[in-house]
Amino acid sequence: MPQRPPEERIRDFYEVPLGLSEWAAVEEAKRCLKCKTPQCVKGCPVEIDIPGFIELLAQGNFDEAIVKIKEKNNLPAICGRVCPQEDQCEVQCVLGKKGQPIAIGYLERFLADYEREKGVRSPSLPHSRNRKVAVIGSGPAGLTCAGDLAKMGYRVTIFEALHAPGGVLIYGIPEFRLPKAIVAQEVHYVQSLGVEIQLSRVIGKTYTLDDLRDAGYEAFFIGTGAGLPYFLEIPGENLNGVYSANEFLTRSNLMKAYLFPKFDTPVKIGRRVAVIGGGNVAMDSARTALRLGAEEVCLVYRRTKKEMPARVEEVERAEEEGVNCIILTNPVRFVGNENGWVTGIECIQMELGEPDESGRRRPVPVPGSEFVIPIDTVVVAIGQGPNPLFLESVPGLNLNRKGYIVADPETGATNLRGVFAGGDIVTGAATVISAMGAGKKAARAIERFLEAPDSFPQWR
Amino acid sequence: MAKIIRKETLAPQIKLMVVDAPWVARKAKAGQFVVLRITEEGERIPLTIADFDPKAGTVIIIFQEVGKSTMLLGTLEEGDEILDFVGPLGREIEEKNFGHVVCVGGGVGIAPTYPKAKALKEKGNRITSIIGARTKTMLFWEEKMREVSDELFVTTDDGTYGEKGFVTQVLERILKNEKVDLVIAVGPVIMMKMVSVITKPHDVPTLVSLNPIMVDGTGMCGCCRVTVGGKCKFTCVDGPVFDGHKVNFDELLARQRIYLEEEQRALELWTVEKAKEEASRVV
Repeated sequence: MPQRPPEERIRDFYEVPLGLSEWAAVEEAKRCLKCKTPQCVKGCPVEIDIPGFIELLAQGNFDEAIVKIKEKNNLPAICGRVCPQEDQCEVQCVLGKKGQPIAIGYLERFLADYEREKGVRSPSLPHSRNRKVAVIGSGPAGLTCAGDLAKMGYRVTIFEALHAPGGVLIYGIPEFRLPKAIVAQEVHYVQSLGVEIQLSRVIGKTYTLDDLRDAGYEAFFIGTGAGLPYFLEIPGENLNGVYSANEFLTRSNLMKAYLFPKFDTPVKIGRRVAVIGGGNVAMDSARTALRLGAEEVCLVYRRTKKEMPARVEEVERAEEEGVNCIILTNPVRFVGNENGWVTGIECIQMELGEPDESGRRRPVPVPGSEFVIPIDTVVVAIGQGPNPLFLESVPGLNLNRKGYIVADPETGATNLRGVFAGGDIVTGAATVISAMGAGKKAARAIERFLEAPDSFPQWR
Repeated sequence: MAKIIRKETLAPQIKLMVVDAPWVARKAKAGQFVVLRITEEGERIPLTIADFDPKAGTVIIIFQEVGKSTMLLGTLEEGDEILDFVGPLGREIEEKNFGHVVCVGGGVGIAPTYPKAKALKEKGNRITSIIGARTKTMLFWEEKMREVSDELFVTTDDGTYGEKGFVTQVLERILKNEKVDLVIAVGPVIMMKMVSVITKPHDVPTLVSLNPIMVDGTGMCGCCRVTVGGKCKFTCVDGPVFDGHKVNFDELLARQRIYLEEEQRALELWTVEKAKEEASRVV
């Protein structure tokens, strides 16, 4: 897919990949082998009829092709941009065995963008079943679960703690990777299915689950995500200029700090910025720092590039834009000045030892190899955990050792009757599409539960 | 959206608003706060709840106009609506009978001191309150504080009203002469630090209500982190009330200054724009 040149794109927050032309999309779709037993669908957590939509696209029938996608996926413009297709549908494609797999993600994006430019059609809605379901959190899991339940005819309300819907799509993923206007449009589509969204309502504080039960909600889906930022817990971490990736990205994305002072929320960016971590959030933070005006941005990662959890495409883009990867390096302490501002990171060199429980080779410090990287701003992007705020308000809910909700992977059912959960709050930080898959499964299970509660199996 | 039902000017730059927010009023407890946003371009502003009425569905906020956002909030009038009004957030204070509780409120911190004194008075505590301001005109809610206190002391820095000096002087005197079971302090960070320093040798448990920079207020961003007893805590979900003897106040003071330049710039721009607007109205 054509994309904007690095020297141009690092000066603004506009989208980087430009999308396929009609001609290119049709030509790409024509490469599909129409396998008798298509493998690609197996790799799609939301079960899109991939060969079906590709065939319609190859025939030039874009209108029906997007309808085919939307039978299963309410958020195609988002998925077409942020799904790791290379690890999901595309990795299964038979064409990929000998050459390039079909660019399924690009085609999905093409169709979603085509529809958006033409004006999104509102689907015809089923008869209302007049039963209320509450969805906690408006991220990808919640939006998918709510959209599917609405399509089944239920009355669904999403409760969102922030002032804008979308969860991580709106506060976490930068504009240049996922334009917020696109998120807004797909959220609007979910609302057009009949889903009500109540913003600025913190479940666990403003209302408890019992309050919602009293208000007539009969089933609950918890999709609160993994929003609690982890820190390294090393000396100097609370120095001024040390951000969690969540704060850095929330200021920039949700609060539009890159438009300060037009928007009131600022973000501080130094000349030299270090991002700690090697995942997609680290890449997003590094690329955001560049666009905010940093002169040098480095990524400090304790293993090698091979072990980085970020999508290869994202690492490549970050490097093209000038992000410098400092691998096999781990921070041990932040150094500050007398005014409480960070001035450097003391790091230690690492080498790879035996594989650990993640299957990757464990990084081991090299004794005596400490050195200091001079720095003005640090973004800690080493992962997120479950936010306890809501969980504490639900006594009796089964949590695992790390604080995530224990839920049936097939249905999302928790140990509490009528309470379902899915997405990052169950699995830990994962992908948008896997959260959507969990939302979809839970929607089906909630229907089974509501229609035949006695025969719905109790989970643990 | 939350409608402003009543607005009052308590002191120069200190304003009170009664806000129609039943969803907050119904659940609010002493010690908790709200986060509000005024415009689409605006910041998320955390403010401690000064009082609440679950029956009427109203919440009282009191704020001092110090920067662009609070000044903008101050321009809203009765009948206007606040765009977002989220809460109640944070943990409530433990409401039980401690015995003799001294409540110390400094400046605009008198407002969040009130619900704590009130709640603890209802639990049968003996309440001694000390409130202080820079000068007489900056002092407010003396009568309200008196209603929920067994004894009330007032100080002003310049001696224009009450005792001349700081709240900490009165506190020191009380600690020397009486048994105190708990001290609660809300006010400028430096005041809360000094209160904690004074109570430490007397071994009196001391609670302080912290006000660091926040964004979401729900534990998501980690901006409001503070070191308490050597551990990193998030003020928004673990606080805002902490053991004053364990708080690293110097770190908090430094963290509050992170955006001084930007705040200055935003305020200057806003002042210029407002002046232009007014000039064009005159023409």
